[in-house]
Amino acid sequence: MKDAIHKVKQTCYHCGEDCAKTVIKLQDKVFCCDGCKLVYEILNQSELCAYYDMNAHPGLTQKIKVRTNKFSFLDDEKIAQKLIQYTDGKQTHVTFYLPQMHCSSCLWLLENLHKINAGVISSRVNFNTKEAFIVFDNDKTTLRKVVETLTAIGYEPHISLHDIGGVKTNHYNKTRLYKMGIAGFCFVNIMMMSLPEYFAVDESMQLDIGTVFKYITLVLSIPVLLYCASEFFISAWKGLKNKYLNIDAPIALAIAITFGRSLYEFFIVGGNMYLDSMSGIVFFMLIGRWAQEKTQQSLSFDRDFKSFFPIAVNVKTDNGFMPAPIEQIGENDIIEIYNNELIPADAIISKGKAVIDYSFVTGESVLITKEVGEIVYAGGKQCAEKLELLVVKKSSQSYLTNLWNKDVFKEEKKESFFIHALSNYFTVIVFIISGIAAAYWLWQGQTQTMWDVLTTVLIIACPCALLLSSTFTNGNVLRILSKNKLYLRHPDVIQQMAEADHIVFDKTGTLTQGNKLKVSYEGVALNAGQQKLVASLLAQSNHPLSQSVLQYLDIADLYEVKDFKNHTGSGIEGWINETYIKVGNATFVGIVQEREKQSGSAVFVKIENEVLGRYNVKGVYRLGFAQLMAELQTKYHVSILSGDNDAEAATLEKVIGPNCEMLFHQSPEDKLAYIKYLQDVKKRKVVMVGDGLNDAGALKQSNVGIALAEQKNNFTPASDGIMEASVFANFNKFMQYANSGKRIIIFSFIISIIYNIIGLFFAVQGMLAPVIAAILMPASSISIILVTYGLSEWRARSFRLTMP
Amino acid sequence: MSIIIITALVSLFIAIFFLGGLIWSVKDGQYEDDYSPANRILFDNETSTKTSKK
Repeated sequence: MKDAIHKVKQTCYHCGEDCAKTVIKLQDKVFCCDGCKLVYEILNQSELCAYYDMNAHPGLTQKIKVRTNKFSFLDDEKIAQKLIQYTDGKQTHVTFYLPQMHCSSCLWLLENLHKINAGVISSRVNFNTKEAFIVFDNDKTTLRKVVETLTAIGYEPHISLHDIGGVKTNHYNKTRLYKMGIAGFCFVNIMMMSLPEYFAVDESMQLDIGTVFKYITLVLSIPVLLYCASEFFISAWKGLKNKYLNIDAPIALAIAITFGRSLYEFFIVGGNMYLDSMSGIVFFMLIGRWAQEKTQQSLSFDRDFKSFFPIAVNVKTDNGFMPAPIEQIGENDIIEIYNNELIPADAIISKGKAVIDYSFVTGESVLITKEVGEIVYAGGKQCAEKLELLVVKKSSQSYLTNLWNKDVFKEEKKESFFIHALSNYFTVIVFIISGIAAAYWLWQGQTQTMWDVLTTVLIIACPCALLLSSTFTNGNVLRILSKNKLYLRHPDVIQQMAEADHIVFDKTGTLTQGNKLKVSYEGVALNAGQQKLVASLLAQSNHPLSQSVLQYLDIADLYEVKDFKNHTGSGIEGWINETYIKVGNATFVGIVQEREKQSGSAVFVKIENEVLGRYNVKGVYRLGFAQLMAELQTKYHVSILSGDNDAEAATLEKVIGPNCEMLFHQSPEDKLAYIKYLQDVKKRKVVMVGDGLNDAGALKQSNVGIALAEQKNNFTPASDGIMEASVFANFNKFMQYANSGKRIIIFSFIISIIYNIIGLFFAVQGMLAPVIAAILMPASSISIILVTYGLSEWRARSFRLTMP
Repeated sequence: MSIIIITALVSLFIAIFFLGGLIWSVKDGQYEDDYSPANRILFDNETSTKTSKK
């Protein structure tokens, strides 16, 4: 049995990853790393192994270890206070964001936290927002210990400056549901109470029943007007104050006129009321809004650099290193930075050797080595030993932060004008029609009919059906897109996507897969012994090229290297078992390389005095990349921006064709400037697809900025949408679907105009019976909802999108 | 004919009762998280009895 297991691919019991190189065994279980084993041991001790029974391999890999004192800053009262929601000295309430949460095992484990840490009184998970609400006993445990317990079992809470500084937004809008419930209730009951009115039951009945019912409808309509419809009035008023007729203005106007006219009828004339129409408008509009807002609750589209920074670092004081909040760090402070941590401020290295990954800021994936005395910039990630840095600029004034303070990040994005323009024209036309009709009746000398006609026309012709069609179409499109792993922050983004004519891609990390590099060997075949020599030498270097070739070779038990030398930017050399080996670029091993042959990066191998061959390392383009580019170029202008060098320009051009503009060596500012140039000079509507913080400016500047993430809960820069990398090849379909969305809105707009013409035909003649109004209004709303829903589902199917 | 008024009022009050139920369930957070409760009920009693309500 055991042999059989060995032959099968061994996967980690905890995280399910291949245990290719190192296998750690415990009893009959196999683990990929010590971290995973440790988690298992903790769970085993607390008798929580049911965690593994519910789902196979529920854990996440623990290869990257969290250093022991990482959370010592939580002992600091001031920092802790900002995280804690409530405390009475005995019990403390706190909510953590745990992005690792993904299955029912996670849920179960996190709610059984008290078995691991006895100080936890209760923990309750909200799966949709990926939050855990924890109550703990101050006498038995501390905030730091709770966080450390969570970290120990593989759920390290995401604690960032963003959570601390800003106000936490409640993703979930309960008020909207209350309003919908009440509006629906009032609408249905008002319609029922209006039955005698609709069928104009004979005079006597109308007198007693009808009058009582009218009082009831009036009472029922008041909460609709004052509570349910309040948001339309508030928003319309805000718009008017800024001298701006927004989308809610015509709705608010229609509601106000309908109610006023009904009051007038009730108290003065004793005629028909339109309260059913009014509450119907409110009810359907609220449903539409709700459908639009129902996107992913756990996603955050507004992350800025603050979410990426740690909230505290160790600062040197008279009593040694003590944790301090980032904002308190000033010039000339000495701070400690550990492996895999971000540098929070521009600083000079005072101790240790820096190997920094700036890909976060620049998009360039090559590690940069810095020695003592050199300057390092905020946003870089240390990839080696512990560093001591002398801060030269406060975190808030660093280069990275300055990028964020650029004007683009302060401007609010403009609303989509398409629906807006339509509804504005529409409102104007309605005013003209009602004006003409009123003038006609005035000229006839019938003032009473004039008032009737004027208000009825406004009630009937309110552009609610149009607004309904756009809210419902957008809501459904958003829902279908998010099922297909493109999450948009706002329905307006769909319109912006439909109007776009230029698409800009970032290269590294967007067109190519994040950390994956393709390695191939060319030259004299190396035997196993030689490969082992090369691997041993490469293991000494943490350059990404060395690491990817090493991974490709996949050799365990390496030799010891003597006289190892690292020549930054060219290669490495060393002696192994009396053999001299050199690995590096062409000039380093001493050969002349023709330019055109260099696609991607090449690593040459020289053993003793002979150059044996080279490893070609290329970024791996995402699946379906070539086809996507071909599809997009039939409809859009396409550009590619890259922070990297132009080594791959030729390969790219072969795949994409000559019409695509490609720019290399682009800094974050260059990218931003390019987008601006397209918008201002070429008058293009730009969609930008990027991934890193280095694209943040460009994403913000473009009409639609879409951040690509390997997983939706990964941290992405501020954007209008988040797209999962796995669906990258479908991007063109999404763009086309957004286009269909726009067409569906236009189509349903035409239907609503037809309804309006029928209604107006009766209204201008002053003969609109309440029964016609009562049928026409909900009929138009419901049929438009059905049409938009049906059409958007049908279009999604014809694009072969995944249906919810 | 006043019987119609009475029945209409009765039906209205029944409807208000259900509206109250809806508001109560929203307030209680039933629609906040549609994943956890469905899974929580599947966990063994022995292990889930201690999770207290918030």
